[in-house]
Amino acid sequence: MPQTIVKARKLRKEFEISQSFMQSLRKKPKLKVKAVDGIDFDIYERKSMGLVGESGCGKTTVGKLVMKLLDATSGELYVKGQDVTKLNDKRGIKAYRRMAQMIYQDPFSSLDPRFKVYDILEEPLLIHKIGDTMDERRALIEKALEDVRLTPPDEFIDRYPHMLSGGQRQRVAIARCLILNPDFIVADEPVSMLDVSVRAELLNLMKDLIEIQDLTFLYITHDISTTRFFTDYIGVMYLGDIVEQGPVAQVLDNPIHPYTQALLTAVPEPEPDRLDRVKEIPIKGEIPSGTNVPQGCRFHTRCPYTKDICKKTPPSNKEPLEKGHKAKCHFAGDIEYKLRVIKLGEGGKAEKVEEIKPEDISY
Amino acid sequence: MSTKRILSVKDLSTHYFTSKGVVKALDDTNFDINGGESLGVAGESGCGKSTMALSLLRMVQPPGKIVKGSIKIGGLDVAQLSEKDARRKLRWQKISMVFQGAMDIMTPVYTVGYQMKEPLKYHKDIRGQKADEICMRYLDMVDLDPELFYRYPHELSGGQKQRIVIATALLLEPDLVIFDEPTTALDVVVEARIMNDLKRLKKELNNGMIFITHDLSILAEISDNLAIMYAGWIVEHGSASRIYKNPRHPYTQKLIAAIPRLHKDIDRLEYIPGAPPELTNPPKGCRFHPRCEHAFAKCSQVEPKEYFEDGVMVRCHLYGDD
Repeated sequence: MPQTIVKARKLRKEFEISQSFMQSLRKKPKLKVKAVDGIDFDIYERKSMGLVGESGCGKTTVGKLVMKLLDATSGELYVKGQDVTKLNDKRGIKAYRRMAQMIYQDPFSSLDPRFKVYDILEEPLLIHKIGDTMDERRALIEKALEDVRLTPPDEFIDRYPHMLSGGQRQRVAIARCLILNPDFIVADEPVSMLDVSVRAELLNLMKDLIEIQDLTFLYITHDISTTRFFTDYIGVMYLGDIVEQGPVAQVLDNPIHPYTQALLTAVPEPEPDRLDRVKEIPIKGEIPSGTNVPQGCRFHTRCPYTKDICKKTPPSNKEPLEKGHKAKCHFAGDIEYKLRVIKLGEGGKAEKVEEIKPEDISY
Repeated sequence: MSTKRILSVKDLSTHYFTSKGVVKALDDTNFDINGGESLGVAGESGCGKSTMALSLLRMVQPPGKIVKGSIKIGGLDVAQLSEKDARRKLRWQKISMVFQGAMDIMTPVYTVGYQMKEPLKYHKDIRGQKADEICMRYLDMVDLDPELFYRYPHELSGGQKQRIVIATALLLEPDLVIFDEPTTALDVVVEARIMNDLKRLKKELNNGMIFITHDLSILAEISDNLAIMYAGWIVEHGSASRIYKNPRHPYTQKLIAAIPRLHKDIDRLEYIPGAPPELTNPPKGCRFHPRCEHAFAKCSQVEPKEYFEDGVMVRCHLYGDD
């Protein structure tokens, strides 16, 4: 069994909505958004875990909690055996931040436009007092640039961010993480702003880094197809909770939670032979507000299979198929994953419904 | 239903005359679109996709200019049109466009209805009750509650706003609608629903559609034909299913292999090393040759012509006879 690097138990984060002066005079109870509502997950050493879900499901909040950019409301979060939620002295946090680093979504705003690549990469070294002389630091910077394949480093080290392409900027951002030799990296949508080919190049690079640098990743994205390539485990979030998690191939090929099933149906696949058919999207309506999480199962308001029990009792994790593949659904394992497409006839009228097997999708 | 030719583009070139030199953003472009057909345009950023859309609408801003070629739509030659005629006869009525980030274009101080009615008022002089009815019919067509007509934009979700913009674009029954990255800011579930609706509308209205995006998997769901652009050229153009199953141009091959798949384990993704060329000074010969793994001597010397194989146009020396 590989060693656990990150272990979250009942992790919870609530945000209070600010009230107007009049409301506070009337002593109205403050509304709370349950951004992360008691989640459990583990990330193992040298593995990567993907978190996917719609916007507003709380995936970025989880990333910030893990980075200690936000303080959890309650629950436990162990990173390498240390409870991060209880860290509150400056020195401890600084040491923790050296171990855990973050890659942000937008390489156009995460790099200071007035800093040269050299300065961007030197700053973390200065903060953490690594490298006594300029030569030592320069050697570390050149190595970091080589690690992200910006070669030769001499060509890039004196450039400003505006002289780099989007892909190159994101590499600099990755190099800035790597230079501190972290054990654990949170990557929040690191490739969503990039072109297809650049995206592929960076995902390959990050995958190699897991092997070469012994890294562990938490990869946050809304692009589910990239998780199949990049991550080993996946967690599907809905309204602040991980509703299904497990090894990535199992979850994506055999989803057991109706939300995961619906989400996967919606992912566009390069499939040009079904032009005259539309996919049936089994979920209704829009995601409810985090201030008003439904009673019972949080998905029951949109679920096509809702029964009475779903409206009353919140489901606990079930593992009906294989160990480690968990879903929070009363009927997990009983609901078959079906893809239904509707054939369109003349004038766009629905003609008939066909069922296709998931394995038939990719040719 | 018989198909009629809606749009015909011949030898279209649009250049930008900047202080650093002439940017050849679009060069010698040829394609046609028939009624009820959709064309997907794909390529990396800066390959000329948006310039092409703007040229069709005659909205290329100076220092850009259409230097060559013709664009024929419903009896009009867009390239020759005066600005006044382009405004009165072309935009909205013949071609309308849904821009990238379309949901941010609505004014927050007017109701949805007020903004939707504007094209009807200025182009067709339809006002009052009658205009309201038409707008509500189109709201219903894009699967929205006609009640939204009376709401303000801030009361709506991103997906709803996107649908309203699409409904407005369809309002004057244009022959051709251009969608520039219509769903990039939306979640997968909303995106899939809008794609479903667009597929249905294409059949219902039998008009032409152009989709511009860098996401090939979305294009595969909706386009009958594909045009792959690289550095101002259409390098491959033809039926979408033929191109997906058997991509011929080395650029298309790499682009398709770079998409991660949902139901397939891939060990390494393909990618194209290097960066697209500066269009002020594109490489001699084939514009893709510095990044191409099949490049040979001729590629750096001679510009490839448009070769046809199995009904698919491909602009690559690997397929020429000579």
